[in-house]
Amino acid sequence: MRKTLMLAGFLLAAAPALADEKPVLTVYAPEYFAGEWGPGQKMAEGFEKTCGCDVKVVGVDVLPRILLEGDKTPADVVVGFTADVMQRAKDTGLFAPHREDLSRLTLPVAWTDDTFLPFDWSETAFVYDKTKVKNPPKSFADLLNAPDDAYKIAIEDPRTSLSGLALLLWVKSVYGDKAPEAWAKLAPKVLTVAPGWSEAYSLFTKGEADMVLSFTTSPAYHIIEEKDDTKAAAIFTEGNYFLAETAAQLKGTKHPELAQKFMDYLLSDDFQGMIGVGNWSYPAVMKPGFLPPEFEALPKAEKTLFLTPEAAEALRAPAIEEWRQAFRK
Amino acid sequence: MSGPRIEARIPVAFPLAGGSAALIVAALILVPLGAVTMTAGGLRAPSPADLEALWFTLWQAAVSAAVSCALAVPAARALNRRRFPGRTALVALMGAPFVLPSIVAVTALLTVFGRKGLVNEALGALGLPSVGIYGAHGVILAHVFFNLPLAVRMILHGWQAIPSERMRLAASLGFGPAEVARHLERPMLRQVLPGAFLAIFLVCLTSFAVALILGGGPRATTLELAIFQAFRYDADLGRAAALALAQVAVTLIALGLAAAVTAPPAFGAGLDRAGERLIPTGRLRTAKDATVIALIAVFLLVPLATVLTGGAGQIPRLPASVWHATAVSLAVAAGSTVLTVALALTLATAGRKWAEAAGMLPMAVSSLVFGTGLFIVLRPLAPPAMLALPVTLIANALMSLPFALRVLLPEAKRLAADYDRLAASLGLRSWARLRFLTLPRLARPLGFAAGLAAAFSMGDLGVITLFSDGHQQTLPMAIYAMMGSYHQNLAAGAATVLTAITLGLFYGLDRIGRRSDDM
Repeated sequence: MRKTLMLAGFLLAAAPALADEKPVLTVYAPEYFAGEWGPGQKMAEGFEKTCGCDVKVVGVDVLPRILLEGDKTPADVVVGFTADVMQRAKDTGLFAPHREDLSRLTLPVAWTDDTFLPFDWSETAFVYDKTKVKNPPKSFADLLNAPDDAYKIAIEDPRTSLSGLALLLWVKSVYGDKAPEAWAKLAPKVLTVAPGWSEAYSLFTKGEADMVLSFTTSPAYHIIEEKDDTKAAAIFTEGNYFLAETAAQLKGTKHPELAQKFMDYLLSDDFQGMIGVGNWSYPAVMKPGFLPPEFEALPKAEKTLFLTPEAAEALRAPAIEEWRQAFRK
Repeated sequence: MSGPRIEARIPVAFPLAGGSAALIVAALILVPLGAVTMTAGGLRAPSPADLEALWFTLWQAAVSAAVSCALAVPAARALNRRRFPGRTALVALMGAPFVLPSIVAVTALLTVFGRKGLVNEALGALGLPSVGIYGAHGVILAHVFFNLPLAVRMILHGWQAIPSERMRLAASLGFGPAEVARHLERPMLRQVLPGAFLAIFLVCLTSFAVALILGGGPRATTLELAIFQAFRYDADLGRAAALALAQVAVTLIALGLAAAVTAPPAFGAGLDRAGERLIPTGRLRTAKDATVIALIAVFLLVPLATVLTGGAGQIPRLPASVWHATAVSLAVAAGSTVLTVALALTLATAGRKWAEAAGMLPMAVSSLVFGTGLFIVLRPLAPPAMLALPVTLIANALMSLPFALRVLLPEAKRLAADYDRLAASLGLRSWARLRFLTLPRLARPLGFAAGLAAAFSMGDLGVITLFSDGHQQTLPMAIYAMMGSYHQNLAAGAATVLTAITLGLFYGLDRIGRRSDDM
């Protein structure tokens, strides 16, 4: 075992000498982003054209990995934190300001954070099958007051999933102190609480769940990739909850200039143009032609709800406890 | 160890190997656990939610184990009594749910028992109300589905291990079923059942994916899930370590209890002739056995068939990356199977309680905490991505070890009890003993153990996710990646591939073992 490790160490030491001399920019990203089906590889190729560097996109569970590695992390840049966990990430003190001009952003909310740079966004929504749900809810109130057997919903666990956390904060933004009552009404309609978006969405596509907590942009995938227009996202009159994916550069990066250039690249036309069908969300700097017409035509949220990162962090633990209690009955 | 004591004992095959293997396994498990605790700077007191998780974990594990064992006894008895075409294939296939990757198994169960599953469709067609699977009972149903095969196999082995001389004696004494039960079957069950119960209890103790999806909500939180939650948002190692230690404690207590109630082998040595069974005749008994076998086969095999057929149409569309991931998974499975079998054989033939205990340790530890501990220990030495595959190989081998050991132990003990004196008098030692006694005599459980190890390794989605940078991908990871990006159909196709390979390996290795035993 130890010999194998030593051998691995030698191989590693030899590796940079064998490769060309280009610097390597290491980018941590969630697996759905870094993998074959996400925009990670195209993003790397796009940036490599201009940076004179190699980009290594590493698919990991970003927040726990950064917390575990601390200032020894080999990452130069991370992508994928939502606003709801930004505060937790910021508190590590590991990240440097992005130095980007935020006036270019075309988000439905005002973004002021100087460290985390949003590069795409969407809103939480319950996605349903139009052929099965004849009376889709038009508001949260509709959803809560529907008979318990009207539809069964798959949601995500706020303790293990960022979409689950967004749902928690959505309910909190709409109902505030009345959130426990809202959860009590919602709980009987919840088919199950899945650990993550993938499992919940699978239950929906298999027909087990009539609705799933996903995003306003989810139907775009089915319409464009599968030529299937039976899936729709319910737009609620109280508003849908804003969800942005952000990127940040590490203070301890060995390539600060490259990292900065990478932040610039994230808002460039090249990358912003690939976000729509690459990550099935809206670009943070929208320009004409970035989205296919079918995507452009999706119904948009009437009102966007959004909690500041500080407020989200303060609400998180008590809101999880409220949620947990509602499901104990 | 001093000279005279060696004289007094029957020597084992490789006296030092058992100790070294035990030490390596214990270190591989305990060092990562220690590393997590140390990095956390201590343990964190559990919250009320954690205590609820502990209670739910114990409760569901005990109920799942009890139900599985209760159903397995009649099934194993019927299978032992009856011979029918396809019996061998059925026994082998029945092991399948136990080795199904959980990511696939949950889907299979939902296709049958889900809200829109076969059972509810049938009930609906008959105008009957539907049955819900989500909740604590869903978790138990799933655990019984997974573990009933394990219990049936362990108990069936017990039945087959009753020496045929005893059966002949019983026949010549004119024993009816009641006497056979009292004098032969009950002592055998006393010996086999605690082990089966314990094995299932322990499997369910660390249950994760099943409880996540079928549990219905936070009430069905297991310890392993609580550990995942502790990591996911906060990387709260203190809480994770405290929960992991609670798991270890529960496992050790369960192991102790099982050791206390397990009876020693009661039959003595036979001449090892096969094929002697007491077959109760009469239409009623035959019909009863046939019904039991049919029910169990339907319960276990129909969900399996749905996975195999569900995604088959997608297979031609699978991208090259899936086939690459398949090759990686196969290579890792091959390595970890060899390692598991070598470790299990060494520990099982050491003839020492502590060797057994060390072999059971991997079961006690949360694979998430274990993986994180390894990550903490190894990170300063090499980049995690470089270690992803070797570490996964070792981790998979360790995670399969308790099962392999459980399968080998009863027969290794019987082998020692029956042949130690003969081997000693012949001066059969080390390699010769391994070659001419141990391997041939243990071929059947070894094949089964290898099949289990290979299948577990194929389906594992644990440690690799902590080390991989996304480029070294196993098949379950590839499936998960497709599920995470709207490609649910392709994921179903890859799940069919995974299931077919897993079953092929399990069935093939088990068959090799049984073939060698028959020779």
